Amino acid sequence: MSFIDVTMQLLDGFQKTLLIFGVTLLFSLPLGLVITFGSMSKIRLLKWLTKTFVWIVRGTPLMLQIILVFYGPGLIFGASGFDREPSVIVAFVINYACYFSEIFRGGIESIPQGQYEAGQVLGMTKTQIFFKVVLFQVIKRIIPPMGNEIITLVKDTSLARVIAVAELVKAAQDIVGLKAIIWPIFYVGAFYLAFCGFLTLLFGYIEKKLDYYKG
Amino acid sequence: MAVLEVKNIHKTFDKTEVLKGIDFTLEKGEVLSIIGSSGSGKTTLLRCLNFLEKPDLGSVSVEGKTIFSADRKTKMSENEIRQNRLHFGLVFQSFNLFPQYTVLRNLTLAAELLEKSKDKQSDMAGLRKELDEKAMQLLHKVGLAERADAYPCELSGGQQQRVAIARALMLNPDILCFDEPTSALDPELTGEVLKVIRSLKSKDSTMIIVTHEMSFAKSVSDQIIFMADGVIEEIGTPEEIFESPKSPKLRNFLSKSLELEQNEKDVLC
Repeated sequence: MSFIDVTMQLLDGFQKTLLIFGVTLLFSLPLGLVITFGSMSKIRLLKWLTKTFVWIVRGTPLMLQIILVFYGPGLIFGASGFDREPSVIVAFVINYACYFSEIFRGGIESIPQGQYEAGQVLGMTKTQIFFKVVLFQVIKRIIPPMGNEIITLVKDTSLARVIAVAELVKAAQDIVGLKAIIWPIFYVGAFYLAFCGFLTLLFGYIEKKLDYYKG
Repeated sequence: MAVLEVKNIHKTFDKTEVLKGIDFTLEKGEVLSIIGSSGSGKTTLLRCLNFLEKPDLGSVSVEGKTIFSADRKTKMSENEIRQNRLHFGLVFQSFNLFPQYTVLRNLTLAAELLEKSKDKQSDMAGLRKELDEKAMQLLHKVGLAERADAYPCELSGGQQQRVAIARALMLNPDILCFDEPTSALDPELTGEVLKVIRSLKSKDSTMIIVTHEMSFAKSVSDQIIFMADGVIEEIGTPEEIFESPKSPKLRNFLSKSLELEQNEKDVLC
C-alpha cells in the first residue's frame, strides 16, 4: 500500500476525529458553564449533587464512561441504546464539561470581589455584571488551562476506538491488520502532532489578542 | 429637610458587633468626613449605606423617603435594592475600574445599561453619543479628558482613582461616598485625588468621605464624625473636632495621627 493510499485512508479517520473533537467542544463548553453554576450554587443540595457528579466523572476513566454510555442503556432497560458515535460524543461532552466546569470555577473565583461590587454600586443587575464585566476577564484568565485541556481532548478522541468508532487510530489499526504493515500506526502521530501544533498557535494568538490590557 | 437620615444602624459579623447604633443626618451640599482608627466600623458604615452590607437594625432615609429599614417584614427585591442604591455613589479604596474597557467605556457602561432597561425602544446611537458627551465633560472635570481612550492599566493609581470618581458621578448620585480614596496611593499621588474631591464641593453635591488624611478632612468638611469601636464617639464641625476634642479617645487618636504626620514630614525633609 502506497504512502498516498495510507494517507487518504487515515484522512477519513482524521475526519471522524475532528468531528468528535468539534462536537464535544460545541456542547461541553456551555454545559461546563451550567455545571459551574451548579457547583457554586447557594442551594446546598444542588451544590452537593453537582460536586458528587463531577467527582464521579473526573474520578473514573473516560474509556469506562464511553463503554458505559454505549452498553449501559441496553443492559439496564433492555432497549437498544445510542449508536456508537452518539455514545462517544455523549460521554466526551459530559466528561469534558466536568473538567471545564472546574476551570471556569477557578476563573470566576479569581475575579476580585471589587469588580462585582463596582458593578453593584453602579446599579447593574447580577446578570449584567456577569456578562458585561466578569465573563471577559474570566475568559482571558482561563485561556492557558483551557488550551491545555483542549489539546488533551484532541488525543483523547482516540479512546472512541474502544467501541469501534472509525477514528484516526482505528483507521490505522485497520490498515495494519489488513495489510500487515506496521508503519501507518506510527504515522498517525504526525496527524495529532500537526493538529495540536495548529491549536497551540491558535491559543497563542488568542492570548496575544487579549493581552491589550493587564489585570 | 435632611438629604440623608441614618438611624440606629447595627451590624454584626459572626458575633463581632461592628456597628453598635449609628445615627446622623446630613444636609444637602454638606461634606461629612468620617475618621477613626482601623476596625472602628467606618468602612462598614459606608458599605451599609451602599447596600453592600445589610444592617441588622436601623433605617436609612434619603430626602425623607425610607430606602432601608430593618423592621420591614417583606424582603426587598433585587430590583428595589438596585433602584435605592442609585441614590448613592461609591468610590472604592482600590478603584475597581473594569480593566477590559477604556476609560470612556468605564464611565458609560452602567449608564447605558440603565437607560436601556428603562426604555427598550430608545435610539441607541443617539443615547451613546449623549452619554459619551456627558462622560467627556466629567473627564474634563477630573482632568483626564485626553486619556479617554486609554485602558485603566495604562494609568497611574491617582489617575485611575480620578476615573473612578468620574464614573461614580456619571449616574448623578444624591450622595457620593468615598471609602479611603487615597489609602492605596503613593503619597505623591494623593494630592491630585484630594484636589479633585475638593473641586466637587458645591451646594448641590453631598459627600461622605472616609479618610485618614486629617488635614484634608479638616479643610474640606462641614461635619466630622469620629468613630471608635462601632459607635460615633464624637461628632462636630472641624473646629470642634480638631481644636477642642472632648472625648479622650479622640484626643488620643488625634495626637497619634499628628505624630505620624510629623514623622512623615521629618522623613521627607
